[in-house]
Amino acid sequence: MAAITLKNVVKCYYGIGKKTVNKVIHGVNAEIADGEFIVIVGPSGCGKSTLLRMVAGLEEITEGEISIGNRVVNDLEPSERDIAMVFQNYALYPHMSVFDNMAYGLKIAKVPTDEIKTRVDKAAKILELGPYLARKPRELSGGQRQRVAMGRAIVRQPQVFLFDEPLSNLDAKLRAHTRLEIQKLHRDLGITSLFVTHDQVEAMTLAQRMIVMNGGVMEQFGTPEEVYARPASTFVATFIGSPPMNLIKGAPGTKPGVTVGIRPEHLDITPDGWALTVDALEMLGAERLVYGRWRHGEGDELVVIRCDESLPAPQLGSTIHVTPRPDRLHYFDTASGKRI
Amino acid sequence: MVERRPLLTALTHTVLILGVVVIAFPLYLTFVASTHTTPDLMQSPMPLLPGSHFLQNYLDAWNGTGAGAGSKAPVARMMMVSLITALIIALGKIAISLLSAFAIVYFRFPFRNFVFWAIFITLMLPVEVRIGPTYKVVADFGMLDTYAGLTVPLIASATATFLFRQFFLTVPEELVEAARIDGAGPMRFFKDVLLPLSMTSIAALFVIQFIYGWNQYLWPLLVTTNESMYPVVIGIKRMISGGDSEMQWNVVMATAMMAMIPPATIVILMQKWFVKGLVDTEK
Repeated sequence: MAAITLKNVVKCYYGIGKKTVNKVIHGVNAEIADGEFIVIVGPSGCGKSTLLRMVAGLEEITEGEISIGNRVVNDLEPSERDIAMVFQNYALYPHMSVFDNMAYGLKIAKVPTDEIKTRVDKAAKILELGPYLARKPRELSGGQRQRVAMGRAIVRQPQVFLFDEPLSNLDAKLRAHTRLEIQKLHRDLGITSLFVTHDQVEAMTLAQRMIVMNGGVMEQFGTPEEVYARPASTFVATFIGSPPMNLIKGAPGTKPGVTVGIRPEHLDITPDGWALTVDALEMLGAERLVYGRWRHGEGDELVVIRCDESLPAPQLGSTIHVTPRPDRLHYFDTASGKRI
Repeated sequence: MVERRPLLTALTHTVLILGVVVIAFPLYLTFVASTHTTPDLMQSPMPLLPGSHFLQNYLDAWNGTGAGAGSKAPVARMMMVSLITALIIALGKIAISLLSAFAIVYFRFPFRNFVFWAIFITLMLPVEVRIGPTYKVVADFGMLDTYAGLTVPLIASATATFLFRQFFLTVPEELVEAARIDGAGPMRFFKDVLLPLSMTSIAALFVIQFIYGWNQYLWPLLVTTNESMYPVVIGIKRMISGGDSEMQWNVVMATAMMAMIPPATIVILMQKWFVKGLVDTEK
């Protein structure tokens, strides 16, 4: 087990003859404690996978320093970094049995045969793969393949687990189930883990702390509660939470150049307040989403409100009044998007 | 098309049967000719039913004891030469093209694309075009009448390199990365992952290349002058001496029949693998 430190990590891709430079990671700093479960989340193309692959050693580090357990790993091969990785499409060796898939890394590391057998059997027991050890990957279902990929990571007994969107090929039900399994696994083994995903639900549920990335920049690094309650920028405010936070530019009573943010569940329907024309309704079961247009001084904003299903549904086209809870208002600088 | 119309069925069957007859009749004729005595064969019309000298003719051919005027090299020896040559060519081609495709796909080195295209362009140059210079080189190395001379110039293969390159490109990138994380070096990855995955393509290629090696005619004709180094295809040619002398067509035909057996056997034995290798995309 080990802590991970990222110091001003930069990644550039060069065009032919190093004439064009494409900077995809703009100096990321992060201190990850021993045994922590960190989720890196962001939209596609934000550099989250690249960052993970740099930790794994599959991508070169252009600038900066990555250390795992006080050891700078910039120039080490992936196999020397004491890490294990679970890939999105599992990357199982198709011609090897489940047992051989899990044992391959150990065989190369020249671990004695009986030790290999003990470790694989133990991992198979944890992941309930016992009956499938002799099968080939193609004879397994998606969820089982996923577990084999995790088993391959476990048997290596690494310092760090790296997960590259491991749940995105599973159906919704299996994904929720596997999420719980990963949580349990982390509780039992306590190995430092980095988990990349584009899915904010996965990020919120799995993370002890999460890194929100956008355009190669780390926007915020904190616990899910912090990220949700005090988003560092308008990007984080809209990326985390569904439906996203309402952002209102130039609302009455604010200074110019300030954007006000309010989450849909922190708006209450009241006798007076902001006057909204109801545009659309969405019934989600436990709650109802009300989409309304708010025409104020300078603008025309779409505002979303999350109401309990027990409240009566407003008529489409009618006007309702809402009031934000004052302690739940967020203020952002309109130009930079940063929290004020 | 899954249409079931009696007329269409009859038509397709007629075409197929005609095709089979056209191809099979010469083979049948060869077999019939190999079972008669020479004088019987010389009659007109030639007999169309098998004769009684089957064993005699085949033994003559096998041991080189016929009484003809042409070469009398024993077929047993020639079959051995053919077998060794075909095996060296097939296995050599597979080994070399696997390794060169591996280098082209998985290693970054200067002029990688140039190298690939250089190999690819040789596809357009058949052996016959460069046969003069190749002969000179082989002769200067003293490789005439040797297995090396028979096989080395035929081993380099752009087709097979290209085939393996295309196959390697379809192997998912993550597999390479998983192997790197597992600590497998390039050659270990090649041996443990790529080779087993390529097995069906290798089998298909082996069949094609074995037959290619077995059926070589022009090149062995040039580089072998010694009877003991004749492949069987050349042996047949040398048995036909020309001129006015009496030709032992029955023995020639027996030799031809025997020359057909090994490639046919390879195809039949490896048929399953061969088809799998051409159509399978399991990865």
